[in-house]
Amino acid sequence: MLNFWNSSVGKKVVMGLTGLVLVGFVLGHMAGNLQIFMGPERYNAYARLLQHDIIEVTWAVRVALFVSVVLHALSAWQLTQRNWAARPVEYAVRESQVSTYASRTMRWGGVYLFVFLLLHLGQFTLGWKWLLPEYMPEGAYGNVVLAFGRPLWVVVYLVAMFFLLLHLFHGTWAVLRTLGVAEAKAEPLQRRLPLIIALVVTVGFSLVPLGVALGIVR
Amino acid sequence: MKLDSKVPSGPVKDAWDKHRFEMKLVNPANKRKYHVIVVGSGLAGASAAASMSELGYNVSCFAFQDSPRRAHSIAAQGGINGAKNYRNDGDSIQRLFYDTVKGGDFRAREANVYRLAQVSVDIIDQCVAQGVPFAREYGGLLANRSFGGAQVSRTFYARGQTGQQLLLGAYQALEKEIARGGVKMYNRHEMLEVVTIDGVARGIITRDLVTGQVEAHVADAVVLGTGGYGNVFYLSTNAQGCNVTATYRAYKKGAAFANPCYTQIHPTCIPVAGEHQSKLTLMSESLRNDGRVWVPKKREDCSRKPGEIAEEDRDYYLERKYPSYGNLAPRDISSRAAKEACDDGRGVGPGGRGVYLDFADSIKRLGAKEIAERYGNLFEMYQRITDEDPYSVPMRIYPASHYSMGGLWVDYNLMSTIPGLHVIGEANFSDHGANRLGASALMQGLADGYFVLPYTIGHYLASNTFEKVTADHPEFRAALESVQQRAARLLGINGKRTADSFHRALGKIMWEQCGMARNEAGLTQALQEIPVLREEFWQNLTVPGTGDSFNQQLEKAGRVADFLEFGELMCLDALHREESCGGHFREEYQEAGEAKRNDDAFCYVAAWEFTGDTTAPVLNKEPLEFENVHLATRSYK
Amino acid sequence: MSGTMTIKLRVWRQSGPKAPGAFAEYTARDVSPESSFLEMLDVVNDALALEGKDPIAFDHDCREGICGMCGMMINGVAHGPSRLTTTCQLHMRSFKDGDSITLEPWRANAFPVIRDLVVDRSALDRIIQAGGFISVATGSPQDANALPIGKADADESMDAAACIGCGACVAACPNASVSLFTAAKIGHLGLLPQGQPERYRRALGMVAQMDLEGFGGCTLFGECMAACPKGISIDFIKRMNGDYIVGTVTRRPEKVTLGSG
Repeated sequence: MLNFWNSSVGKKVVMGLTGLVLVGFVLGHMAGNLQIFMGPERYNAYARLLQHDIIEVTWAVRVALFVSVVLHALSAWQLTQRNWAARPVEYAVRESQVSTYASRTMRWGGVYLFVFLLLHLGQFTLGWKWLLPEYMPEGAYGNVVLAFGRPLWVVVYLVAMFFLLLHLFHGTWAVLRTLGVAEAKAEPLQRRLPLIIALVVTVGFSLVPLGVALGIVR
Repeated sequence: MKLDSKVPSGPVKDAWDKHRFEMKLVNPANKRKYHVIVVGSGLAGASAAASMSELGYNVSCFAFQDSPRRAHSIAAQGGINGAKNYRNDGDSIQRLFYDTVKGGDFRAREANVYRLAQVSVDIIDQCVAQGVPFAREYGGLLANRSFGGAQVSRTFYARGQTGQQLLLGAYQALEKEIARGGVKMYNRHEMLEVVTIDGVARGIITRDLVTGQVEAHVADAVVLGTGGYGNVFYLSTNAQGCNVTATYRAYKKGAAFANPCYTQIHPTCIPVAGEHQSKLTLMSESLRNDGRVWVPKKREDCSRKPGEIAEEDRDYYLERKYPSYGNLAPRDISSRAAKEACDDGRGVGPGGRGVYLDFADSIKRLGAKEIAERYGNLFEMYQRITDEDPYSVPMRIYPASHYSMGGLWVDYNLMSTIPGLHVIGEANFSDHGANRLGASALMQGLADGYFVLPYTIGHYLASNTFEKVTADHPEFRAALESVQQRAARLLGINGKRTADSFHRALGKIMWEQCGMARNEAGLTQALQEIPVLREEFWQNLTVPGTGDSFNQQLEKAGRVADFLEFGELMCLDALHREESCGGHFREEYQEAGEAKRNDDAFCYVAAWEFTGDTTAPVLNKEPLEFENVHLATRSYK
Repeated sequence: MSGTMTIKLRVWRQSGPKAPGAFAEYTARDVSPESSFLEMLDVVNDALALEGKDPIAFDHDCREGICGMCGMMINGVAHGPSRLTTTCQLHMRSFKDGDSITLEPWRANAFPVIRDLVVDRSALDRIIQAGGFISVATGSPQDANALPIGKADADESMDAAACIGCGACVAACPNASVSLFTAAKIGHLGLLPQGQPERYRRALGMVAQMDLEGFGGCTLFGECMAACPKGISIDFIKRMNGDYIVGTVTRRPEKVTLGSG
């Protein structure tokens, strides 16, 4: 098992599997978020459900997510170090031929998403006052409206969604290849399903801050 | 010099079995005590090195490229023959033997050819077991095609990359043995001298092409699998690095050089496009299965576009002259016919040196899709080089130097006239006579390496005792010094011409006077011109850089220096052979435009013996006897 | 035939593995569009040699796109602008009169520069040594037709086997990963029944070796596939990963059998 973790393929598999867990999470999270358009009662009830009624389940999920994020980021970090070391002298001229913008922004986009994740948790789950002074432990709906009442947070959120879009577009396509299960294709670089997943998730998420900013949710 | 072919007595079909039993064996526990050097890592060298290592011998293998996988065997396109008779079309070992002897225009040794046909069957089995992805039918069994000059389908192929796939099979076997420790591989090392002690080959001198270090390597036997000398023509289908140095150095140490004038000019190559051209690219002969060769009937049509020339104004000269074989006539005959058409002023393309290879009829008959399936990669390659689309415009082709049937003389055990020095693959002379049939080179290289040498080397090692020798032996020291001095001499001339320019000049002489057609006047002229050029080489060469570093110009200069001597030997052989046979066509000896052999006077192997730099080489003759395939005029009409 | 061209060259010159390198500029004049890229360099080198200067070192041999010896970065693209084409088969008609071309060696930690544009690719051989073969000794194996292989498998195996080992995949990969080369061999042998007994052992061994050599990992940029002169698909990388995973899960410790012999 140690050999597996130490190999470039093994680390990539860990990154892919944890990535799949996180894809599942963002799909569910996004669907849950959309309940905000059904009014404060419904949304706060949803928050209560997660934080009180099935708190054991929530904790299990939290642990799984925590482990996934840590392994995902750790393997990414270690592979990146290795990849950089593999070419100590850079080319003076290099022209990308077919690689997508998405694939080239996985690393820095990933770092942004990681920082965003901390801020997001601080803002809405942990209630860090410096991020949201008016934070109310039982007022999920209110917290959202207050946070996205500030244009800065809308921008921070939308930028994160942009990188999430790219991250999912490349990641959901790549993971099937990393795990060795994708079907062989004549044009392996083409990807339709990953585009749909990435769009659904990021558009779904973005509706919330946009809804607040445009005054639909208040 | 006495040439003892060591062919076993008795019927040819039992010879190899009998010989295998009679040969001595080396005890398995003793094999690792023997050290064998293999120079070259192509089909012959890699297969021999791997097979000997598997048997337990301690092997060192040398290649001048950066990996054994680069050897020029890799470029063979068409296929490999095997007398499997999978098609039920009448093939047999006897027929492959017969075809090869006849195809070689009765200038090969019968017993060697028979053995080649016998082991051809094992080669296919061996390669499939190694994972060579030969073409297959839908039923999962191996596909075959017929190939230049054969009337049965016995050629196995892997798209247009058969040589590559076979070489990778041998290369992988070699890497397996390197990993196991049985073979030590020396990449980027060039052999520059054979070392003999008391007339017996005991090692080689090499130059490390990266550091320039000249090194001595001691062994109990030396094997040369260093390929052919087609680059003597400068422009050829050979790789840039192919050279005669290893075999020529061995010749100068006492190994007889056999039939150097037998060179194969391949009929289907892309014609010369410009003056800076460095190489000619072969288009697989398999194209002739579906392409029709023609030139305009009238000279004035040559400048017109091919599509504008009416059917009745086209001369499908191969179909006209050789109705039974047509476009599939053997290589020497097809090449000469193309030259005749161009000499007649009916050649097409720049300089009038080209003929059409037209697929229009096949595309009409089979559809462009089927043609793409069969030849797609070749068509792409043609288009990449010429910028013309062969689906719509006929290809232009012209013959080019491709293979050398001549090489160091070897006996039935593949040993040269220097005891201990074995020669395999294209580097020896033994199996193809005066002309090689398509898909036979791969077969011979692998036959020698997988199935012949591993037996005969054991016999040699078991039959002799070897004194312990180190690189400090005076012969090794002397050889090492002479190699160093030669490099210093090349570097010290400081003249005004590059090695490449001398090579180009030599190539021009050789192609004009000793190419597809030769005559006494031309050869005599060449024999005067080459020494003059060689003289200038040693006075006016420039080699920049130093000897103790990576220096490609120095490598090239050393090779050209040997070509400049070898070219003379080749012309001498061509001049002495007053007959036409196979690839050797003497214009004086023909009958109604066809080659005329003289079996009464020339039914022998001409083995040339070096006597000194200032004296003429001595001709030794090994008479050829044909007991199984009767001497007949080779006719493909 | 069109006129000749003048090309400005900016070439990486480096006298040895440890020596510092730098770009040098040259002008190639009277270049025929019909000549190949390497023939253009031949002419430049001839002129340098006559001036007593060191010619530009570059690897090449067959010049027909099959030996895999040649290869350089041409304006930031491995093997230059023509797809499915090795450097030696690239022709000057792909460039315009007055173009300026930057030439660099393959750059990777595992491919140390030997001189100028020549690099040491012996790491590729060592990856093959780690399992890129079928262990069958020369002898008399079963008849070649005793083992039927479906045409689709044979064809796909051949697609992978077409690899020429030039190293362009490594050169083009932003991570300097050798995954395509390694995967091509694993795919070639793993698709054939002959390759089954060693299939997973092969994948484990070759992947371990490519990591050991200091190549980067695959992040599926796809640049390798675009650079590959033989058009080998990244689908083979997927196969390699699958074999590696299965190999890890199903690996049994190799036992020492006592009492044999």
